[in-house]
Amino acid sequence: MTIFLVKRFFALLITLLVASLIIFLLLEILPGDPASIILGVGAQEDTLTALRAEMGLNLSAPERYFRWIAGVLTGDFGRSYTYDTPVSSLILERLSLSLPLAFLAISLSTLLAIPFGVLAAANHKHFSDTGIMGFAQLGVAVPNFWFAILLILFFSVKLGWFSAGGFAGWEMGLGAALKSLVLPAVSLALPQAAILARVTRSAVLETVREDFVRTARAKGLSRNSALWRHAVRNALIPVVTILGLQLSFLLAGTIIIENVFYLPGLGRLLFQAIAQRDLVVVKNIVILLAATVVVVNFLVDMFYLALDPRLRDDTHE
Amino acid sequence: MKSTIRRYVKLLLISGSTLIFSGAAFAGESHLTMGTVLEPPHLDPTAGAAAAIDEVVYANVFEGLTRINQNAEVLPALAKSWDISADGLTYTFHLQNGVIFHDGATFDSSDVVFSLERAAAENSTNAQKALFAPIASVKAQGPSTVVVALKTPKGNFLFNMGWGDAVIVDPLSAGSNKSKPIGTGPFTFKRWVRGDRIELGQNANYWGVKPALKSATFKIIPDPAAAVAALMAGDVDAFANFPAPEMAAQFQSDSRFIVKVGSTEGETILSTNNLQKPFDDLRVRQAIAHALNSQEIIDGAMFGFGTPIGTHFAPHHAAYVDLTGTYPHDPQKARQLLADAGFPGGFKATLKLPPPSYARRGGEIIAAQLSKVGIKLEIIPVEWAQWLDQIFKNKDFDLTIVSHTEPMDIGIYTRPTYYFQYRNPGFNAVIKSLNVTSNPKRRYALMGAAQAILAKDAVNGFLFQLAKLGIWNKNVSGLWENSPVQANDLTGVSWKN
Repeated sequence: MTIFLVKRFFALLITLLVASLIIFLLLEILPGDPASIILGVGAQEDTLTALRAEMGLNLSAPERYFRWIAGVLTGDFGRSYTYDTPVSSLILERLSLSLPLAFLAISLSTLLAIPFGVLAAANHKHFSDTGIMGFAQLGVAVPNFWFAILLILFFSVKLGWFSAGGFAGWEMGLGAALKSLVLPAVSLALPQAAILARVTRSAVLETVREDFVRTARAKGLSRNSALWRHAVRNALIPVVTILGLQLSFLLAGTIIIENVFYLPGLGRLLFQAIAQRDLVVVKNIVILLAATVVVVNFLVDMFYLALDPRLRDDTHE
Repeated sequence: MKSTIRRYVKLLLISGSTLIFSGAAFAGESHLTMGTVLEPPHLDPTAGAAAAIDEVVYANVFEGLTRINQNAEVLPALAKSWDISADGLTYTFHLQNGVIFHDGATFDSSDVVFSLERAAAENSTNAQKALFAPIASVKAQGPSTVVVALKTPKGNFLFNMGWGDAVIVDPLSAGSNKSKPIGTGPFTFKRWVRGDRIELGQNANYWGVKPALKSATFKIIPDPAAAVAALMAGDVDAFANFPAPEMAAQFQSDSRFIVKVGSTEGETILSTNNLQKPFDDLRVRQAIAHALNSQEIIDGAMFGFGTPIGTHFAPHHAAYVDLTGTYPHDPQKARQLLADAGFPGGFKATLKLPPPSYARRGGEIIAAQLSKVGIKLEIIPVEWAQWLDQIFKNKDFDLTIVSHTEPMDIGIYTRPTYYFQYRNPGFNAVIKSLNVTSNPKRRYALMGAAQAILAKDAVNGFLFQLAKLGIWNKNVSGLWENSPVQANDLTGVSWKN
């Protein structure tokens, strides 16, 4: 088990190093001069040169790369070109929305998907199975931004229960902040829940046919106990894999939903920073996201260990 | 098993419904929530070209010596009056007394000297540094008088001092205005939740007439569909620059809203690389002018909002000359001109389009119009960063579409290295004499002459003046209908009971 962990940890570090190099090189070849974007079409050449020097763009590429990596390792992400504030505080501001939103969405999606998926599997080919899978099919097919617009039209424009978008902020109180996250979380969660429910159902269906479930039933366990304690537990590996992918997506892949609800999330910050060539912000967000994906994958691997005792035995390595 | 699930579903439903509290709208007689598409990169109008900066702070937070109102007139601001010497070279500004900055610092002549010298300085990062180039010296005469000497007479100097880029800042807070703007205006900066909103509060110590509004929020909503929903749901009270012209009719028929179509300083043009073959041939440019049908572009790309133009000048300006008939829509004539220029079968060229919808939608229509006379355009969409780099800086383009939103910017045609690379000594001479003329009648005549030269030379395809589509709650009054400078001046805004 230790060898497995150490191997995975080194893989994590190397992935991040390679990712940082790729990010830096890609941004190097990206066309567009940050200074002329800030100063616009009326700017004179001497003004542009002055601003470029102020932003440190006159240094050589390797020097800028090592400064960046050294900064990231010491927690100094530099200053945004456009906002002229520390990048770390910009990212933290956005995470205060994106993390809770991702958490709400993933919780909602899991709470809906796993029970309904198991229910569908337990009632295989019965009415509730067909019904649940019908809904799931619909959920997979409906794009989340369109679903979001429907939610806004109904709950905001027609009923007036929620505001049509925006984020109240945590300082306005927990209730107000959570309220502004309800519709976005629902529109993110339902399509994901649909996928997750389908995966859960087929994984459980596969495990209930296994010998050990029959053995458990033969030992005298009730149908429910055999299902939840043996079948579901063994079915969780593909479910956790999908959950890991969905969590990574939710942290920055939610830009369309952020636009529909005009939420100040991490995805929109990244999008805006790319358009404005605020490269300091871009590279730090991207490396942060790369790190998140790698760490989530690492955690998923840990989960496999917890779920599957066979992996804990080093002789299988 | 089934009952467990049933209980669970009930639990989900209950916890879901407790999250829904009734929405108490922020109904205030003295608060305005304004929707805006673009978020300003920062809030210092003296250090960036982004219109979104002025749209929040101009006249609200920061003030200059003069200010511009919605009819493009120059009004006194921090300078209550001024004298101009007979030779037009010396401006003596008499400043308002009793003005203090939001942080308590006193405003006097030294702040004016500092602000103008800072903007004109060698290492200045002012996006409109050219506005300050004519200044020879700025001197204080006592605390409330400033004398500005010019190198050459500049007829529109007072207008230029009314730009957002020329606002007066305090030396102590100038460095931090980007994130914490300190001005002399009737509104103070309260806070900025980046990506979401900017809040302004009341300046209790304001020197002038206090506005009816006590506070305002600028809500950043980049998506047109979200903008529609936000207005309909009452989340925002107004959208001074509404991004979805296709939805205007729906709001026009809704009695809760007022829809105002005003004008802007945005001349939208089919910019043509005048040094690039075959566009260096006047006949080719004339052929393009004959092939274009501005009204069709306005109807198709802007849903009817916009005014056709025949030259680079705003139609609402008193000196405007209607030159839309110089090269009327005439495909037959266009084909003839192309044949005369040696392209009887037409030619191929590229059309690079920046992101705004006037360019992306207009570009498709223009490509169709030009293909009818044999000019086959390859459409290349670019983002702003690429546009600035490829087209504006490196002049690597045939045709592009862009709206020039700076007020009174006909002078860009005198710059030989400006991206469309137009060179005409005759035009330069007219602008030169315009700059040294202060008699309004003479000035108008010169402006007319300049417009005529550009129209005749068919420098660019002159398409239309960008309209300003404003939609707001019917109880709100005092918002600008036109935007001679890019601003959301809230000083005159009030709620009807």
